[in-house]
Amino acid sequence: MVEYLIFSVLNTLVLGMLLFMLSSGLTLIFSMMGVLNFAHASFYMLGAYFGYQITTVAGFWSALIISPLLVGILGAAVERYGLRTVHKYGHVAELLFTLGLFFIIEEGVNLIWGRNAMPNFIPASLDFPLFTLFNSEFSAFRAFMLLISVAIFIGLYLVLTRTRIGLIIQAALTHPEGVNALGHNVPAVFMMVFGGGSALAGLAGVIGGIFLITEPSMALTLGPIVFVVIVVGGMGSLTGAFVASLLLAGLQTFAVGLEYSLVDLLGIIGVTVNADGILRDIWRIQLSHIGPILPYLFMVLMLMFRPKGLLGKREN
Amino acid sequence: MLKVKQLNAYYGNSHILQGVDLNIEKGEIVSLLGRNGVGRSTTCMTIMGLVPPKGSIIYNGEEIAGLKPHEIAHRGIGFVPEDRWIFPGLTVMQNLILGQKSRKQKSRWTLDDVFTLFPRLEERSNVHGGLISGGEKQMLTICRTLMGDPDFIMIDEPTEGLAPRVVEQMGQLIETIAARGVSVLLVEQKLSIALKISRRLYIMGQGRIVFSGTPDDLKHDREIRKEWLEV
Ligand SMILES: Nc1ncnc2c1ncn2[C@@H]1O[C@H](COP(=O)(O)OP(=O)(O)OP(=O)(O)O)[C@@H](O)[C@H]1O
Ligand SMILES: [Mg+2]
Repeated sequence: MVEYLIFSVLNTLVLGMLLFMLSSGLTLIFSMMGVLNFAHASFYMLGAYFGYQITTVAGFWSALIISPLLVGILGAAVERYGLRTVHKYGHVAELLFTLGLFFIIEEGVNLIWGRNAMPNFIPASLDFPLFTLFNSEFSAFRAFMLLISVAIFIGLYLVLTRTRIGLIIQAALTHPEGVNALGHNVPAVFMMVFGGGSALAGLAGVIGGIFLITEPSMALTLGPIVFVVIVVGGMGSLTGAFVASLLLAGLQTFAVGLEYSLVDLLGIIGVTVNADGILRDIWRIQLSHIGPILPYLFMVLMLMFRPKGLLGKREN
Repeated sequence: MLKVKQLNAYYGNSHILQGVDLNIEKGEIVSLLGRNGVGRSTTCMTIMGLVPPKGSIIYNGEEIAGLKPHEIAHRGIGFVPEDRWIFPGLTVMQNLILGQKSRKQKSRWTLDDVFTLFPRLEERSNVHGGLISGGEKQMLTICRTLMGDPDFIMIDEPTEGLAPRVVEQMGQLIETIAARGVSVLLVEQKLSIALKISRRLYIMGQGRIVFSGTPDDLKHDREIRKEWLEV
């Protein structure tokens, strides 16, 4: 049990920080520009594919740097030449634009790399167990993921709170017109944030593509979870995104390992039910099987009972 | 200094400004009066580039209609919005610092000036903008714009909701601003303060200027006051 707990906590951290790398950019972009970027997870996918491709040519460490840069530049270009043009037609147009982008990137990836998963493996230099506790190993790669994402978290925090550009970004989260009227080039800041957020998604892709899988449906698999994170955390709140990332990662990690059914759960609190009859199948569902539903269930409940999210500031 | 000619502006299909003409010279305080919803705030927003303009806005001899808000701010125009736009997650101090266009910008207004004018802001300098009172927000938003050293400043309803004693103080501040060579366009509801400190006044009615003259002209024109100001 102790072993299970320790490893679940560690895995929660690894997955949670990966989610945060994705959700931080998305939530910043949303509250600043009011654009719910459907293509955010596509940038994550591009990061993974670029990462894989660069690794085959120049090795993992080059990929770790070059791939996020490429994705970041691409993101900045999408903002500058795409979104900014579409912006004047309103939020629905912007939403559809990013949705279109999502499919374009998915089909593009299909065209270039095909439908099968890429053999995107852990680099040899990180492919060893870092430590063994009880009977389980914790791999060096997971530790490395954790290290990078914590470093990103700290870096992001410092930039946002200690630098002038960080203050401008924070101010533009609530009053972009106000910041603009004070003489700051808000369109340029938008482009930077969009590019930076995309680069973070790309970085998450380089390591996430190895940790999870690199295939054309990876954006569709992870994208909804990232949306759940920013809704649960509260749109526009970085702290909220952080808490929600860990929360949802925990929910998924722990649920997977728990072989309890509803009957067992009710048994714990002293309720016995007749596990036969029409509802038999429902009573016997294992927690580990509803794991994938939990995030969405959580989001739906959150929207019903606390629409602004855990730490969100907006009501609408 | 600022010449606005035949300025039009729209929100969607509603034609809000229907040919506004304004003229402001260096160092003057000019008031823009009118009933609720006639388009005074929209006039300021349009001059600032925050609402797309149709028509001509000449500032220091240059056509600025069509420029971006930050470009207009860099030409020397400052704007104090009616909604204050205080950044809630930043401290009072950080709000003030963002008033400067760059870290090194020199201004005729220093932090010391601001804190001498409003000691309250110094006391509250580490408090988040979201937590200060309405009156404090009003002082902060004006001082923040001053930190950017505008040569011409538009102040939208600075005395709204202030206690009478503070209104008096606000009037003095505006005179201090003008005394340092900054032209002021003051959007006001309170006729008394506008009459007292302005050199000239404009009155707006439904998207147009319907009166232009000195405080004395307006004092003697009961008809105009009755038709366009009183409710
Ligand atoms: N964002 C907006 N979208 C649509 N219509 C708007 C918007 N802002 C203002 N209006 C409309 O434009 C007109 C002029 O508004 P404006 O704010 O300029 O008036 P005002 O003279 O400043 O009055 P007050 O400040 O007392 O409301 C009003 O009829 C208002 O309803
Ligand atoms: Mg107004």
